[in-house]
Amino acid sequence: MSDTVKILASDVNVFYDTKQALHDINIDIMDRQVTAFIGPSGCGKSTFLRCFNRMNDVIPSCRVDGHIMMGDENINDQALDPVFLRARVGMVFQKPNPFPKSIFENVAYGPRIHGLVTNKSEAEDIVVDSLKRSGLWNEVHDRLHDPATGLSGGQQQRLCIARAIAVQPEVLLMDEPCSALDPIATSIIEELINDLKDRFTIIIVTHSMQQAARVSQKTAYFHLGHLIEYGETKDVFTRPADPQTEAYISGKIG
Amino acid sequence: MTAFFTSFTGSLLWLILISAGIYFLSLRRLSGQIQTSQSKPHSLAYYYGRYAVIWAFFPAIIVLIVWTSFTRPLENQFIIQSLSAAYPDLPSSFVDLKIAQIKNISSGLIAAEDDIMRGLADQYGYASDRLSMLRYVTVILVSLIGGMFAISRIKPHFKARVVFEGFLRRVFTFAAIVAILTTIGIIVSLTFEAFRFFTQYHPIDFFFGTHWSPNVALREGVENALDEDVGGSSGSFGMIPVMAGTLLIAFIAMLVAVPIGLFAAIYMAEFASRRVRNYVKPTLEVLAGIPTVVYGFFAALTIGPFIRNLGLFAGLDVSSQSALAAGAVMGIMIIPFISSLSDDVITAVPRSLRDGALGLGSTRGEMITKVVLPAAFPGLVGAFLLAISRAIGETMIVVMAAGVSAQLTANPLDSVTTVTVQIVMLLTGDTEFDSVKTLSAFALGITLFVVTLCLNIAALSMSRRIGGRYE
Repeated sequence: MSDTVKILASDVNVFYDTKQALHDINIDIMDRQVTAFIGPSGCGKSTFLRCFNRMNDVIPSCRVDGHIMMGDENINDQALDPVFLRARVGMVFQKPNPFPKSIFENVAYGPRIHGLVTNKSEAEDIVVDSLKRSGLWNEVHDRLHDPATGLSGGQQQRLCIARAIAVQPEVLLMDEPCSALDPIATSIIEELINDLKDRFTIIIVTHSMQQAARVSQKTAYFHLGHLIEYGETKDVFTRPADPQTEAYISGKIG
Repeated sequence: MTAFFTSFTGSLLWLILISAGIYFLSLRRLSGQIQTSQSKPHSLAYYYGRYAVIWAFFPAIIVLIVWTSFTRPLENQFIIQSLSAAYPDLPSSFVDLKIAQIKNISSGLIAAEDDIMRGLADQYGYASDRLSMLRYVTVILVSLIGGMFAISRIKPHFKARVVFEGFLRRVFTFAAIVAILTTIGIIVSLTFEAFRFFTQYHPIDFFFGTHWSPNVALREGVENALDEDVGGSSGSFGMIPVMAGTLLIAFIAMLVAVPIGLFAAIYMAEFASRRVRNYVKPTLEVLAGIPTVVYGFFAALTIGPFIRNLGLFAGLDVSSQSALAAGAVMGIMIIPFISSLSDDVITAVPRSLRDGALGLGSTRGEMITKVVLPAAFPGLVGAFLLAISRAIGETMIVVMAAGVSAQLTANPLDSVTTVTVQIVMLLTGDTEFDSVKTLSAFALGITLFVVTLCLNIAALSMSRRIGGRYE
C-alpha cells in the first residue's frame, strides 16, 4: 500500500442535456488501493466512475466539466485520445460481457488491438499470465479454445477481469462487478480484488455496503449527485462524519 | 323483388337480420331466466348473445356456400342435357357458348334468337328459380333452428363465455390449418405434375442435361434428333444452363446488394444519429415498395443499353440483354431487404458487448469489425440467405432484362435465362396442357421450390442460433 495520489479529480460536474448529475466533485484516488463508491441508486456513482475512462463519451447528451488529473495528464481533456486512455484505465462491467469468441481470444483481444503482442507465443504468455492472475487458469487451462459464453457467470466475470488486466492498465474500474453473481462467486471475486490491488489502483462501485467494507481501503459516499463523505473505509463505516452517511449505512435510507 | 330475396346476397342479408334478432331474443331469454331462478349468470350477458349468434349464423352460412358452389355444375349439367335433346348434333366446342347464352337470355340480358333457345332459357329460369327458392328456405330454416336451439340452452349457469372462447379458438386453428393446407396443396400439385413430366422425360436428362431448348429437339447424344422428332414436337429439357443462369444472376445481385446493404446497415446501426436514422431507414425501405416490373423496365431500358454502350466503348461485344444488367438491378431491389434485416441483427447485439470493446480501448471501427459483426454473424448470414432466395425467385426483372436464350456461360455480359423466365415462357400463350413442354415448367417449379425452401430453412436456423449466444 502506498500513500501517493494516483488520480486527482477537481470540480467535476456532469450534465445529461440540462440535467446535472454530479455537482462539484473533488476527490483524490490513492495509488494501489481499493476505493469504493457507495450510495443509493441514481446518486451518480456509476456516472462518476465512467468519467475516469471517458466512457461517458459514448452518450451523446452527456457533458463532463472539470479536471481529472492522472499524473500530469488531464483525463477530461478532449484532445486526449480515449483509446490510449482506456489502455491505461481498464473497466469491468456490471454484467459479465465476454465476447462471443473463445476464452483465449477474449483475453488476447486487448493486447492485440493495442499492439502489445506481435506473435502467437507472446499472446499465449499474456493470456496465461492474465488468467493465472485472475484465478481462472486452473479452471480453464484445458479448454482455452472453447467459447467463453459457456463459462458460468462468476467465471465469465473473472474472464472479463483477466481481459481487462491483459492490457496491463494502471487503474481498474469496476462497476458493480458482483451484482449479477451468487454469494460464492462474489466472495471469489472479492478475494481477487484484494490480490489485484498490489498491482493496480482499483475503483469499485457497489450497492453492497458490506462489500465496500470488506474490499476497500477508502470509501466515498454519494447522494443525489453530491460527494457527501470520503475517507478511510473503517472510519466511514464506524464513525461517519455526516448524518446522511450514517442514515445510509445504518439502513435508514437507500 | 323475390329474385333478390332468394339470391345469394339476399339470403346473406336475411341471415344477418335473423342473427341480430336471435341476439336480442337470447338476451331477453337470459334476463327472464335470471328473474325466475334468481341466480347470477355465469358469464357476461353479451356472451350469451354471441353464443346464440354463432348457432344462428355459421351453420346456415356454411349451408349457403356449399349449396351454391355445388349447384352451379348441376345447373350446367341440366342445361347440357336439355341442349343435347334440342340440338342432337351440336359440336362440343359450342356447348359452353350456348350455356352462357341461355343464362343471359334467362336473366334478360340478351334476346333469344329462336324459340328453341327461348324455351331452353325458360326451362332453365324456372329450374334455377325453384332451386334458389329451395336454397333460401333451407338456409333460413337452418338459421332459425340453430338460433332456437341455442336460445333453448341459455340458462344462467350455462357457461357461455367458455363455449364462445372455445369457438374462437377453433376459428383461429382453422385459419392456421387453411394456410398450411394451401401450401401442402401447392406442393402436391407441383409434385404430381412434375412426376408426369418425369414419366415422359428421364430425370437424369433433366437434372444433368446441358441443353435447354423446349421448342427444338437437341437432346444430348442424339445430335440428329431433328430427323426423329419432326417439327420440334419434343424439345430438350436439360436444366443445367437455366439453373446456371439463375445462379449467375443471383450471384451478381448479391455482389451488388451485400456490400451496399450491409454497409448501409452498419451506418444506420452504429454511426447515424437517431434523427438521421429515422429518415434514412424508411427511405431505403421505399426501394422495397417499388413494383418489380418498374425495376424491370429500368433494367431493360436504362441499365441494359448503358452497359452495352459502355462495352462498345471499351471494344467489347455486349448483348443489350445481359446478365449484368438484370443482376445489378435485382441487387438494387434487394438492398433494402438486406439493409433492414442486417440493421435489426446488428442493433440486437447488446450494449454490454459494445461497452466491453470500447472499455478495452477499441476504436469504433475495431469494435464493429472485431466484436459486433462477429456476434451478429449468424443473423447476417440468415439475412443474406433470405435475400438469395428472393433473388432466385425474382421473375419480372429477368424476363425484361436478361433474355430468354439458355446459354451455359459464366460471362456476365452474355444474355442468359433463368428458371423463372422459362416457366413464364412455357406457360404463357397458347399451350396444350399435356405436352412435355408445359409439364417441364412444373419440374422447374418444384426444383426452384426445393432450392429456395432449403435456403429459407438454413436462414431460419441461422437466425435462431443467434438467440442463445448473448446470454
